[in-house]
Amino acid sequence: MIIQALAFYLFAAITVASGFMVIASRNPVHSVLFLILAFFNAAGLFVLMGAEFLGMILVIVYVGAVAVLFLFVVMMLDINFVELRQGFLQYLPIGSLIGLILLVELVLVLGGWVITPVAKQVATTPIPALDQVTNTHALGAVLYTKYIYLFQGAGLILLVAMIGAIVLTLRSRPGVKRQSIAEQVNRPRDAAVAIRKVEPRKGI
Amino acid sequence: MTIGLGHYLTVAAILFTLGIIGIFLNRKNVIVILMSIELMLLAVNLNLVAFSTHLNDLVGQVFALFVLTVAAGEAAIGLAILVVYFRNRGTIAVEDINMMKG
Repeated sequence: MIIQALAFYLFAAITVASGFMVIASRNPVHSVLFLILAFFNAAGLFVLMGAEFLGMILVIVYVGAVAVLFLFVVMMLDINFVELRQGFLQYLPIGSLIGLILLVELVLVLGGWVITPVAKQVATTPIPALDQVTNTHALGAVLYTKYIYLFQGAGLILLVAMIGAIVLTLRSRPGVKRQSIAEQVNRPRDAAVAIRKVEPRKGI
Repeated sequence: MTIGLGHYLTVAAILFTLGIIGIFLNRKNVIVILMSIELMLLAVNLNLVAFSTHLNDLVGQVFALFVLTVAAGEAAIGLAILVVYFRNRGTIAVEDINMMKG
């Protein structure tokens, strides 16, 4: 139990600290790297809670795809980030105030709130014991049967996102020379070869 | 010293607040705003999974999976729009994004 508590405090502290560094760091590249650290530690928290599949998916999807996409865009765009940081201190008081109010409200809600013991018995899909069915197996058994339409919808969302991203960033640049095989093959013989009668001692 | 639901919810609350503060602080930089949104979605996922394991109900984890899907799509589309915008204007400052303001 003590190891679990230690692991929780370690993961939680690093997650919160790197989350803070994401919004506070001067260089967006550092922000992205701290975001990756936050995702890793959040995945640790997920595993600690017993949701192993989601923890691993978090590492694959967030760290492997989203954060790398961010890193790619930050490095690809040639932006003067110093200019974008002006006004950081100007917004600091109001931002901190609103954040503090929100945090206090959330903690107050957490503090004065209890879950009825009946709630555990009315679970629609109870989690099976982990020594009998693994988390991944249980999740798949629910996801592919009961929530199959939602699952298909999620796939559709990803498809639309992919097509949208491609359509948005695709551009036809003028002045680029490309090989057009159909045009080459369709060229008639007359357009390609001309027979000339060359008289002696005269050029063409 | 058992770690209960409240501990995880507190971490998620702090993370969510950090995301909101990040949006306020980096009002000019769209990339950091998108990162803050990712942080907030992560906090929401943390909440969902914490409740799911605490109440012994698997649906929370299924929903967290869908939130993850939408977050990935949102990041992809957002960054694509950002790249197109940068190509057209040469900057990503938020104040300049008012071309469609009629």
